Amino acid sequence: MPVAAPALEVRGLTVERGGRTVLDDVSLAVPEGDLLGVLGSNGSGKTTLFRAILGMQACWKGQVLLFGRGPGEFGPIVPLIGYVPQSVPLDPNFPASVRDVVAMGAIPKRLARAGEALVGGGDARRRARGPGEAADAALGAAGLSHLAERRIGELSGGEQRRVFIARALVKDPPLIILDEPVAGVDAESQEQFYDVMGGINDERGITVLWSSHDMEAMEGRAKSVACLDRKLLFHGPCGKFFADGRAVGAYAESAAHAAECHR
Amino acid sequence: MPPLRGAAVLEALSYGFMQKALVSGAAVAAVCALAGLFLVLRRYSLFGDGISHVAFGGVAAGLFLGVLPLWTALAAAVAGGLGLQKLRSSTRISGDAATAVMLAAGLAAGVTLVSASGGFSVDVMGFLFGSILLVGDWDAAAMVAVSAAAAAALLAMRGRLAQVAFNEELARLSGVNVALTNYLFVVIASVVVVTSMRLVGILLISALIVIPNVTAMMLGRGLAQTAAVSVSLAVAAAVCGMLLSYYLDLAPSGTIVLLSLAAMLAVAALRPGRLGRLLRRGPARGPPAAAAA
Repeated sequence: MPVAAPALEVRGLTVERGGRTVLDDVSLAVPEGDLLGVLGSNGSGKTTLFRAILGMQACWKGQVLLFGRGPGEFGPIVPLIGYVPQSVPLDPNFPASVRDVVAMGAIPKRLARAGEALVGGGDARRRARGPGEAADAALGAAGLSHLAERRIGELSGGEQRRVFIARALVKDPPLIILDEPVAGVDAESQEQFYDVMGGINDERGITVLWSSHDMEAMEGRAKSVACLDRKLLFHGPCGKFFADGRAVGAYAESAAHAAECHR
Repeated sequence: MPPLRGAAVLEALSYGFMQKALVSGAAVAAVCALAGLFLVLRRYSLFGDGISHVAFGGVAAGLFLGVLPLWTALAAAVAGGLGLQKLRSSTRISGDAATAVMLAAGLAAGVTLVSASGGFSVDVMGFLFGSILLVGDWDAAAMVAVSAAAAAALLAMRGRLAQVAFNEELARLSGVNVALTNYLFVVIASVVVVTSMRLVGILLISALIVIPNVTAMMLGRGLAQTAAVSVSLAVAAAVCGMLLSYYLDLAPSGTIVLLSLAAMLAVAALRPGRLGRLLRRGPARGPPAAAAA
């Protein structure tokens, strides 16, 4: 039996913007079912990495493969991926309910089939379910069923983050990408968010890429860690990262440097 | 002023011109509100104004050339709508500046051509301020048919339109062809604007597009409910406005818009604070959580 391609493979990814190197020769492979914490301070290239993976980054060198397929075939694959950007500009008066926003994440069956033909697998449940049922299931998974009829603008920041995770879940994605999902959210909401994130990886086997600058949050939650400071400083199992004084030190140093630059 | 009685309503309804006006006016009001929801959600409320003034240029060109002004208006409106969308998406000109330019260009061309073809006639005034009570059989049938087709197209596209209005980047990542959706929508909205010229006239079209939606956004929960409320309010204002204008011998267009405004203010009084928030809508920002990060 052939070995399945990793969910994501990045080889020698280099991105330059405005004469500055934003990502420098980053290579990593993420097996299916992984929960990878992308650890990096502000400006370390986390968002750029995600944008390159999703085909939203214009100029880059290197190679990005999703489920073994190159950018030429990203058209049908990218819509399958669940993506929660760092911030979604939101008009508080937009009259959409939470359920409306979650249902917007659904993709047309034709597109889902085209993507699954390339990625493989596919989810029999999705085809059996109507869009309304899928939205309800996603709301349940994100712990939002009681807020379904509320207007999106009435929710707290933490609740809104979970709405966007539910929106990403509604299409049963094989891979979900969360860019700084809990930035600025209070501690209790962060815990709720991490529970949801752990659940979709554990129970549903969805590969998760999750970026944060919070090293403590990654300990015990991520399965593996990729530490980024334009270059890849470390990539390996989570336990190994925290046992490796040098890797932790390198991150602490880059974080301190970033804080210095930000001041 | 004659008393408003049930018998008087029946009398008005017995006139052929009134029946045609009510049916075609209600159809146009409904589709204007529906298209308007997506315009308001996209902060493109003045699109209707821009396009209607371009359509006025088209009307004047038709009168000048001696061809049916409705067709030249339609051609001008669709071309203007596509031009606006192009300006908005591929240049650094902001949407409101592009709309202002388009509006001025349409009106200037219109005024010049009207003066060249003999000045402001009854026809021209009808296009400027509406002439729903003068609608003929074929016009009424055409207004209903075009409204129904536009409404069907908007409903078929509602999912994509909502996604694009909510967030273009997320829509694109979900596989929506954002550019195509935008262009199709602009064409439909331009056709809707031209169709509604007979009801309220070029100068009041944006009221038909914006006001019922502002009211509905204060009331509705969820997109479907907001759309239903907006369409119901628009139809009610159109029908009541036409009947009232008949009794009081007023201009139907102004009466319809004033009724629509009255409904908006009544809802605003019941829901204090909501209207202010809606009208203050600044540029979209990230959620409080993300903004704080």
